[in-house]
Amino acid sequence: MTDNRAKPLLSVRDLHAWYGESHALHGVSLDVAEGETVTLLGRNGVGKTTTLRAIMGIIRKRKGAIAFDGRDLMQMPLHRTAHAGLGFVPEERGIFATLSVDENLLLPPIVSPGGMGVEEIFDLFPNLKERRNSQGTKLSGGEQQMLAIARMLRTGVKLLLLDEPTEGLAPVIVERIGEVLATLKARGMTILLVEQNFRFASRIADRFYLMEHGRIATEFPAAELEERMEVLHEVIGV
Amino acid sequence: MTMIFGIPIQALLGQLLVGLINGSFYAMLSLGLAIIFGLLRVINFAHGAQYMLGAFVGYLLLAHLGIGYWPALILAPLIVGLFGMVVEKLALSRLYDVDPLYGLLFTFGLALVLEGAFRYFFGVSGQSYTPPPQLSGGTNLGFMFLPNYRGWVVVASLVICLGTWLLIEKTKLGAYLRAATENPTLVQAFGVNVPLLLTLTYGIGSALAGLAGIMAAPVYQVSPLMGSNLIIVVFAVVVVGGMGSILGAIVTGYMLGLAEGLTKVFYPEASNIVIFVIMAIVLLVRPAGLFGKDA
Amino acid sequence: MTDLTTTGIERQTRMRAEWLLVGAGIALLVAAPFFLYPVFLMKMLCFALFAAAFNLLLGYTGLLSFGHAAFFGGAAYFTAHAVKEWGWTPELGVLLGVAGAAVLGLIVGFFAIRRQGIYFAMITLALAQMFYFFCLQAPFTRGEDGIQGVPRGHLFGLIDLNVPLNMYYFVLAGFLIGVFAVWRIVHSPFGMILKSIRENENRAISLGYSVARYKLAAFVMSATLAGLAGAMKTLVFQFATLTDVTWQMSGEVILMTLLGGIGTMLGPIVGAGLVVAFQNYLATSAFPVTVITGAIFMICVLLFRRGIVGELLARFSRGEAGGAR
Repeated sequence: MTDNRAKPLLSVRDLHAWYGESHALHGVSLDVAEGETVTLLGRNGVGKTTTLRAIMGIIRKRKGAIAFDGRDLMQMPLHRTAHAGLGFVPEERGIFATLSVDENLLLPPIVSPGGMGVEEIFDLFPNLKERRNSQGTKLSGGEQQMLAIARMLRTGVKLLLLDEPTEGLAPVIVERIGEVLATLKARGMTILLVEQNFRFASRIADRFYLMEHGRIATEFPAAELEERMEVLHEVIGV
Repeated sequence: MTMIFGIPIQALLGQLLVGLINGSFYAMLSLGLAIIFGLLRVINFAHGAQYMLGAFVGYLLLAHLGIGYWPALILAPLIVGLFGMVVEKLALSRLYDVDPLYGLLFTFGLALVLEGAFRYFFGVSGQSYTPPPQLSGGTNLGFMFLPNYRGWVVVASLVICLGTWLLIEKTKLGAYLRAATENPTLVQAFGVNVPLLLTLTYGIGSALAGLAGIMAAPVYQVSPLMGSNLIIVVFAVVVVGGMGSILGAIVTGYMLGLAEGLTKVFYPEASNIVIFVIMAIVLLVRPAGLFGKDA
Repeated sequence: MTDLTTTGIERQTRMRAEWLLVGAGIALLVAAPFFLYPVFLMKMLCFALFAAAFNLLLGYTGLLSFGHAAFFGGAAYFTAHAVKEWGWTPELGVLLGVAGAAVLGLIVGFFAIRRQGIYFAMITLALAQMFYFFCLQAPFTRGEDGIQGVPRGHLFGLIDLNVPLNMYYFVLAGFLIGVFAVWRIVHSPFGMILKSIRENENRAISLGYSVARYKLAAFVMSATLAGLAGAMKTLVFQFATLTDVTWQMSGEVILMTLLGGIGTMLGPIVGAGLVVAFQNYLATSAFPVTVITGAIFMICVLLFRRGIVGELLARFSRGEAGGAR
């Protein structure tokens, strides 16, 4: 797979990360090419979320190499990472309770031109438009997830780090989020997705990484998902 | 002479005005404390010293450079605010990862140094600061005589408090502030320079204290100790209001100032403890404070 | 961690070494008045006990009281009044001061424990300030003048405390009893529960401890011992004034504890000794003491939060652990 790819947009080499004293990542290496959607699979606690947070720079106790768009992310302070072109959608969604939907949407600064306009975003998420003046946390779980994704689209980031966007949501909402991600992908957005639901992931992912014990165990293209299904079920246990 | 509960109405209104003036300063100071605490989780014990600093900057500008009240109204908060930003950058920013009590202890030490230094150079006796000519004299309202400067303090402090509230509730900077109060890491991950925001916030809070100080200079005496006893009362105000709400801090400040004024009329012996008594009662009835959200 | 690597014998020798140190310390204190000015020593002992009492709360329960001057200075007033106006013997006067401090502690603590952390500090500060205003206005405290000319009297009606050495050994006994009480409390099952509240209050609650009651008990004990220190100080200096109930005094005891080492047995005693010594030293110069006090506060908070004794202990145990590996 790696042969026919041009220089990757995101390249992670031998990434270690720690929560206090506990060593959570033991040398993760992965690549994401421009326009590609890559999914990290794995059991709970193998370090998927930690990988995203370490790439973003939220976890500062880390070692290894992270290059994005030709820039070294390791030495960059957290507030510069977004300006390099990374957008982060956390697992807990991170909608601000004291801010309205509009304020939540407009909060992240624009980091480069080419992001969506507010009207364009509301076309993609019509129900957010209806609720633009309500408090962020008065939204349903699905709406909060939509908002969490929507607010990154304005900013012009090149890579979205998405942490379990479908967790705890009703099938019809999951369906809707799938459509949104497919639209983003069609527009050329690069996505690194952490997901337990690989039926969902299979619809948009080009490639998969399977994580075990804080490392990447295997890597395979979307085409091989079907034949690996049984093994995956066993390893991940879903 | 008109009487209410056996008290001449003039005396009652006079004390209510004094209460309102004190309340104006309580409101401005507890507002600054609440803003700083909201984002930095630091109780700024130096708030009283910064208030004193604001008054002294005004006094020194006038005494040594001939710069009058109106420019000082801009310069004093600016200087105190810049001083605050330096303090945050050099010291407070190193304490965010440790127990918030250390922030309190550090700012306590800072307050001691500032007050001690001013006492050393200016002594304990107060210096007077004449109000600007535009605001000297008074107005007869028919039912009472209102010194113009005091009327100005009440109006200006209301405008300042409401302005600050609007800044926080309605502007982009305010949205950053509120969001960072909830989840600073995520706001920083969005690309907002949160360390700078923290510095600015402490600067704004300090500047508010400095502004209150220069406004207080013509009302009270400018003295090194003017802030230290006040800050303890303001702490009680903050406990009563609960620091969760900006508007709560403002409203509580005015209310307690008025309560203090009323006590001066009806039971003067208790006037300097009435706010503490109210605090104790609020703690019994509503431990989280009148506007507090936490349990 | 070190406890796991040291053997029983090693631990025993260390215990014995600690007891030897304590014994040597007491011997030094007994001999000290023959070499140093007794009033200065007694002042040190009173403040050392005050700081040790304060540390029981901050160091071992995790509660920062910003109002401990109320108990220290309050007891001073009660003792002074009882001895001077009612003609009580010194030991009864001290007992009354201590009891008064306990009652004050119960009242302040009752309100303060309703909030946590930073609010706790502000509430204790506000209530102590209220007590300050009370002392300023109440007739029996004589306002700005304070209660002057308090007689030291005869202990149990027999021993003349006007003899400096007698007074000194009386204060030393009070100090030793107070510090021993702190040590006993900290090392009792009750003290263990206090420490678990300090480490994680929510966990202590979920374990079924009525945390509020433990906090209040610790608060009252700390206030009581602070009262003992204040009561003895009144007899030493023969007056009780507003200085002892000001917020500056509350700040001073925090400084002593912070400088010496929060949560160490010896720290507050060392810190109190140092602070009293430099205050004495600076008393004759024109330089404002509060500037130094404030600067030490800032330096301690920024550079060595463990304090002198805490820093030494950390270095000592690190060196030992390194050697064992």
